[in-house]
Amino acid sequence: MNARIVHIASNTFREAVRDRVLYNLIAFALLISGAAIFVGQISIDIERLVVVNLGLTAVSLFGVVIAIFIGIGLVSKEIDKRTLYTVLSRPVRRWEFIVGKFFGLAGTLIVNTFFMAIGVFAALLYVAHKFTGADTLILIALYFIILEFLIICSLALLFSSFSSPLLSAVFAFSLFVIGCFADDLRGFAALTHGFTRWIATGAAYLVPNFSALNVISAVAHQQPLSGQLIVQNTLYALFYTAMALSGAVLIFERRNLK
Amino acid sequence: MTSIQRTTIVATTCLVVSMTACVLLLRHLDTIRPQAVIEDVLYIDSPKVVKRASLGFEGLAACLYWTRTVQYFGHRHHDLERTYHELAPLLEITTALDPQMFPAYQFGASFLAPMPPNGAGEPERAIQLMEYGIQHNPDNWQLYYNLGFVYYTELKDYKKAGEVFTRGSEIPGAHPFMKLLAAQMAEHAGDFTTARLLWSATFESSSERNIKQNAIEHLRSIQVDEDVTNLQAGVTRFGERTGRLPYSMGELASAEHLPATPVDPDGNAYVLDPDGRVLVEHPDDFPFITKGLPPGYKRTGLPKFHTQS
Repeated sequence: MNARIVHIASNTFREAVRDRVLYNLIAFALLISGAAIFVGQISIDIERLVVVNLGLTAVSLFGVVIAIFIGIGLVSKEIDKRTLYTVLSRPVRRWEFIVGKFFGLAGTLIVNTFFMAIGVFAALLYVAHKFTGADTLILIALYFIILEFLIICSLALLFSSFSSPLLSAVFAFSLFVIGCFADDLRGFAALTHGFTRWIATGAAYLVPNFSALNVISAVAHQQPLSGQLIVQNTLYALFYTAMALSGAVLIFERRNLK
Repeated sequence: MTSIQRTTIVATTCLVVSMTACVLLLRHLDTIRPQAVIEDVLYIDSPKVVKRASLGFEGLAACLYWTRTVQYFGHRHHDLERTYHELAPLLEITTALDPQMFPAYQFGASFLAPMPPNGAGEPERAIQLMEYGIQHNPDNWQLYYNLGFVYYTELKDYKKAGEVFTRGSEIPGAHPFMKLLAAQMAEHAGDFTTARLLWSATFESSSERNIKQNAIEHLRSIQVDEDVTNLQAGVTRFGERTGRLPYSMGELASAEHLPATPVDPDGNAYVLDPDGRVLVEHPDDFPFITKGLPPGYKRTGLPKFHTQS
């Protein structure tokens, strides 16, 4: 990777840490340990199910909130503080700035997810007293959650490249909610006819498909996941991220920063 | 070429390639995730909770649930599924959100009550749905018609059906056939004429495509059942007269003074088997017939639907 992108990415990561983003880990730790102790005492036979479901859902939601609320300010904050001009006055291209910011945010989320994953496994060990082979499926679910974060980071950056932080947050969060119902959206599109069908199907394919990346329930029930699903989801997330980042680069290249 | 132009070309190419790849991958992902599209899931199955969760926008929520109901039924019907477990809660939620959503009641009468594979096989819940509708819309004669329809077609409770049709016929503005149906229940319940009258009324009073198609299929099947019954009676008469079975349908038609060889609604001649049974040539084309089926017949494949009246 280009050295300039690495510098921008590492600075973005440092900035996020300085902004106390990783403090969310304390809230997560409290939630997951509290839940583990609580379900251990009141539930029968579903302790593992509750911890896996709650843990992975919390990892996903915490990450999504961080991705959106940091992602939307990545460009606008630099413009407001006028630090962007300092960066772009050096031999740094605008696309490098966008890509660097993306990797910085993605790195922050991956580190955050790593610590949360430790929390999930610790809680699981507490309630189940041992790990089983099926617990490795949790790693796949965590991997899919990271893929989800990559898509959301790229979308937040896309909106941040042309819109205000508030509107970017609304757009990104709306798209996240719509993406969770992407399967239903395609189902509704299939019911329409003629020109409407083209438009509806196009829109249904354009929104991110988060439902394919959500395997939390399947993992909680220890259902196997096919290798094909892992490969396809990886490719999908990478292509979608590339698409959104390309859009962000195209817009940011033409943006008048004066 | 400037640096900006180069970046634009690369980014545009990347955008187009990625978008195409996303669509192709998503289509493939749908095939490896069997439950991907149209999951038979009710996120919330309590009408009261859905009503509260709709934050006062019950009308819109009812429209969404109604669309989902039609979508759910259509997909399961198309996929030849034999169960419709979510149909009752979907209809109950739809009508709880909007008690004036009349197509939902009619849909319930047509598809909630009939036994699988033609419906959900829940006549009691269909009756509850109609009663709920009548409670909230006491001046709507069609709801009485739907309720009587369920009593007549599924429960064969002609007395109850007659009572409901009578109650409905007393509502100002009720269609005249309500009085006719009430009278028919008392004297001719269970005969072909009454059944035909009922399904014709369903066809005429509905604008919903699935309901109309269902009515057409029933009317076609009633015609076949009546034809087969009459022809079978002809075979018996022929046997009594001649002491043997007719050799062919042509011989039977001639003996019965029919103008031509009798044909089903699709124009295919009825078949006479060596045991003197009158059979339908293509029974798969008539999903609701009870007569003229070959011995040991089991329905295969997707039933043909005929949209013309």
